[in-house]
Parts: sequence; C-alpha cells; structure tokens
Amino acid sequence: MDWMRTTGALIRRELNAFFGSPVAYVFLIVFLMLTAFLTFGIGRYYENGQADLREVFFGLHPWVYLILVPAAAMRLWAEERRSGTIELLLTLPVTLTQAILGKFIAAWIFLLVALILTCPVVITTYYLGSPDTGMIIGGYFASFLLAGTYLSIGLLTSAMTRNQVISFVLALVFCLFLLLAGYPPVTEMFVRWAPANVVRVVSAFSFMPHFEAIQRGVIDLRNLVYFASVMVFMLFATFLVLNNRKAA
Amino acid sequence: MLEIRNLDRWFGPIHAVRGISLTVGRGEVLGFLGPNGAGKSTTMRMVTGFLPPTGGTAIVNGCDVTLDPIGVKRQIGYLPENAPVYGDLTVQHFLEFIARIRGYNKVEARSRIATAIDQCRLQKVAQQSIDTLSKGFRQRVCFAQAILHDPPLLIMDEPTDGLDPNQKHIVRQMIRAMSPNKAIVISTHILEEVEEICTRAVIIANGRVVANGTPAELKARSSQHGAVAFTLAGASTALTELQALPAAARVSQTDGRYVLIPRADASSRLVAEAGALIKQRNWPVTDLRVLEGRLDELFRELTLGEEQIRKSK
Repeated sequence: MDWMRTTGALIRRELNAFFGSPVAYVFLIVFLMLTAFLTFGIGRYYENGQADLREVFFGLHPWVYLILVPAAAMRLWAEERRSGTIELLLTLPVTLTQAILGKFIAAWIFLLVALILTCPVVITTYYLGSPDTGMIIGGYFASFLLAGTYLSIGLLTSAMTRNQVISFVLALVFCLFLLLAGYPPVTEMFVRWAPANVVRVVSAFSFMPHFEAIQRGVIDLRNLVYFASVMVFMLFATFLVLNNRKAA
Repeated sequence: MLEIRNLDRWFGPIHAVRGISLTVGRGEVLGFLGPNGAGKSTTMRMVTGFLPPTGGTAIVNGCDVTLDPIGVKRQIGYLPENAPVYGDLTVQHFLEFIARIRGYNKVEARSRIATAIDQCRLQKVAQQSIDTLSKGFRQRVCFAQAILHDPPLLIMDEPTDGLDPNQKHIVRQMIRAMSPNKAIVISTHILEEVEEICTRAVIIANGRVVANGTPAELKARSSQHGAVAFTLAGASTALTELQALPAAARVSQTDGRYVLIPRADASSRLVAEAGALIKQRNWPVTDLRVLEGRLDELFRELTLGEEQIRKSK
C-alpha cells in the first residue's frame, strides 16, 4: 500500500513534468503529423483501396518510434544527474526500484496517450471500409509493447550519462540495431564471418518478428515473454548503472 | 540521535573517507569542517543513504542505514550541496510532491507545507516556478523541503554557500531557531559560521577526523592561543631577550609588532614573564594584548601539516 502510494507520487510527478513542459506538446504534434503523413502520404493509404492498417500504419511505428521514443526518454535520468536532483530524489524515502518504475511507467503512459491520439486514422478506416477489429487491437497492443521496449532502452541510456544528446544517440543506435537484427541485409553481413549459431542468436533478438506476430493478432506467449524480458532486462541494467554511478 | 561508526568509502583506487566515527545528540549543532575534497560531502551522502559505505555504518535513532535505508531517510531532512530542486515546478507544487512522497494525506500536507513556507519565508514566491528564483530563494526552497516532515536529524551540505551576507544571515537564523529540539549537522568552510551557530565542530582532513570539540576548545588548541602581542619601537636587543624567555616557543617581529607564541600549557606563565621583562627594561610598549586562538589557524595547522604552513609563511 505504502509502496504503491510512493510509486504513484513519483509517476504523478513525472507526468506533470511531461505535460507541464512544451516538449510534450511538440512531441505529440510531431508524432501525430508524422504518422498521418507517412500513412496517408508515403503509405498511399487511399490509393491502396484496402481497409488494412497493418502495413501503412502500424508497420511504420517501429521507424517513427526510433526517433521519438529516445527523445521522450533522454531527459528522464540524464536531467536528474545533470542538475543534481538525483541526490534529492534518492535521499527521500524512495527505493531506487520505485524511482525507476515511476519514471518508466509515467513515460509509458505518455506514449500511450500519444498512441491513443492516433485514433482518427482508425476512425477513417472504419468509415471507408470494414477492417478486421482484431487486427487493429493487435496492432495497437503490439505498438504499445514496442514503445515500452524502446522506452526501457532509452531509460538505460539516459541513466548512463548526464548528457541528453548522448543518451538520445545511444538509444537510437541500440534500438536500430535490435530493429534490424533480423533483417536480411544485416544478417548477411554477419553470415560472412560469424558462425551460424551466432547469426541465429543475433537475429533472435530482433523486435520485428515478435512485433509482426502480435500485430497480426497472434498473441502468443513467446512474443509477450520476449517484450517483457527485454523490458525487465533493460530496467534491471538501469538499476545497476544507477546504483554504481549515482554520484558520478 | 546520530552515531557514525567507522565509516569508510573507496572510489576505485581513492580512499575518500577513512574510518570516521562521531556522535551527534539532540540540541547539538555540529559543524563539519574540512578543505574541499576532505570527504565531507561523501560522509554526508553515506549517512543520508545516497551512497553505500564501503565499510562501517551510520545509525539514526536506532535505524542502521546499511540495513534499513528507508527508515533512516524518513528521519532525516537533507539539504544537498548546491540545493538541487526541480526547476520546472512551482514552490507550492514542489513541496506538494515532497509531502506526497513523505506519505502525508491532503489535510496534513497542506498544514505542513504552510508551516514550512512560513518558516523559510517563502510566502511571496510560493506560486512562482523555481527556475525563476534567485539562488537564495532556491536554497530556502530546498531547506523547506528538508524540514517539511519535522525530522529529528537535519543534515545540510554547505547551506550558505554562494549566498549574499543578508541571505546567509537568514539561513543561520533559521538554523538557530530550529536547533533546540533537533540534531543538526552542517558542513561548511566558513569558519565564522561555526563560531556563530555551532555547538561543536569536527575538522576532517584526508578522510579522517583530526579535531573534535566545542569552537572554544578548538580555538584553544591553535598554537596562537594565549600568545602575547605588543608594539615596541627601538629596543634592538628585545627580540633576543624575548626569545630567551623560558615559556616562549617562538617570537616573531614585523614592523615593531612582536608576537610571542607560548610553549604548550605555558600561556599564563608567558604573560607573567613577558610582563616582568618589559617592566624591568622599561620598554615603551603599546597595544599589549593576549591573543585568543583562531579557528582558521587551527584549521590550517591540521589540514595542511606543519611544513606547508611554514613554507607559506
């Protein structure tokens, strides 16, 4: 009970920090305009004549998130370290786990809000045709999980530095690697010199197959375990980094 | 109230804090002195549970910081160095956040915030965002945060650093008002501050406690304590004659101003001997006085080591 209330207070503080600053609104506007532009403009949504959002909408999210999620996450710990408020925060009766979860959950809620605000695309689809509702729910769910996974990476890189730009770039590279790890041009690069098993392991780390499976509406336990384990691993790594380098 | 036992901390190859032990009781204001890098902040960070100690521990009201850090954090109000606060919040919202974290319900939070704002004289700026405030106000906002839960132990890392003289005065007044029913530890390198508000002072150098006592006791330990000083023109043999006094350890003379440093525990004898000699020779001495020890001198003696002092002279 006590534990929940403290974590709740931390989540509330982080949400206030998001919505109290213009950064949040810039983020939301850019995110919505970018997804709309990519869906209707580049994705040729109207010309396709199909009431299917998989390729033209949800399929773009891994790429859009690549820029926007590290941007949303970079402030979380780097700013606390730069301004020294980390010392204030962690000398309040708060555990490091609570502090990490508070930031993570708050930022995830923020990304969820951004995701929910894309609903006009869905409404348009229902207006024009009769899409598969299961697939849309699956698409949103997959997108939400993917956002959380990117976010956990961004949180880790944010804890590693007091410089937000460094955090952003590291998170972007890290996410890009995991995004492309299963992509043939990348795996081919490894095939030339790495043993087959290594290639298989590297490509197994990729987001893409899991993301696509859930998006199709196939909610397989393996895919859920994949996303959950990446997030837990990243949060745990964040814990270790902060625990070791709090004062640095 | 606070008991520090053999606190030890390594940063990689650097041994920053080397077995510090001390106790602070209710009603005491302990001044924590030391040059930059002596380990003051590190010690405070370990006591407040921010950094885990490499060895030893700190106990606050029976709570061990290595075993129950949350229990310790509940009982401590901490003002970190440079008073970090969330600049994006208003003073009111910042204190509301602290109150929620400290677990107060709405009614109690409101009255505690009102008290803290009142005590730290923040009424005028309560609705301003902290980023727009001057350094003195930010310091007081952080101070308000530290006393919101009326903690039995208050730890402040350089609470008056970077403030103008008026602001320093206000912060010291607040500390003094608070001191009768709390244990307070403040770190500082402003020595006048120690004499003004501290009931006890600890000097640390290279991660060790090198002196611990009331400001008066520490002053008495400085080598200048009980020294005899006077101005005398002419009398060319005075220096050698004074040096021959049995109770004098050292005699110096600059521009006719003589300073006689006594041997250990011989200061009253020195006064008598010097007086007798002056009378006997009938020297035209003016401005004769017995000097009090000075904290800054002891501070330099203890933290620099004798040789470096002599060199700097």
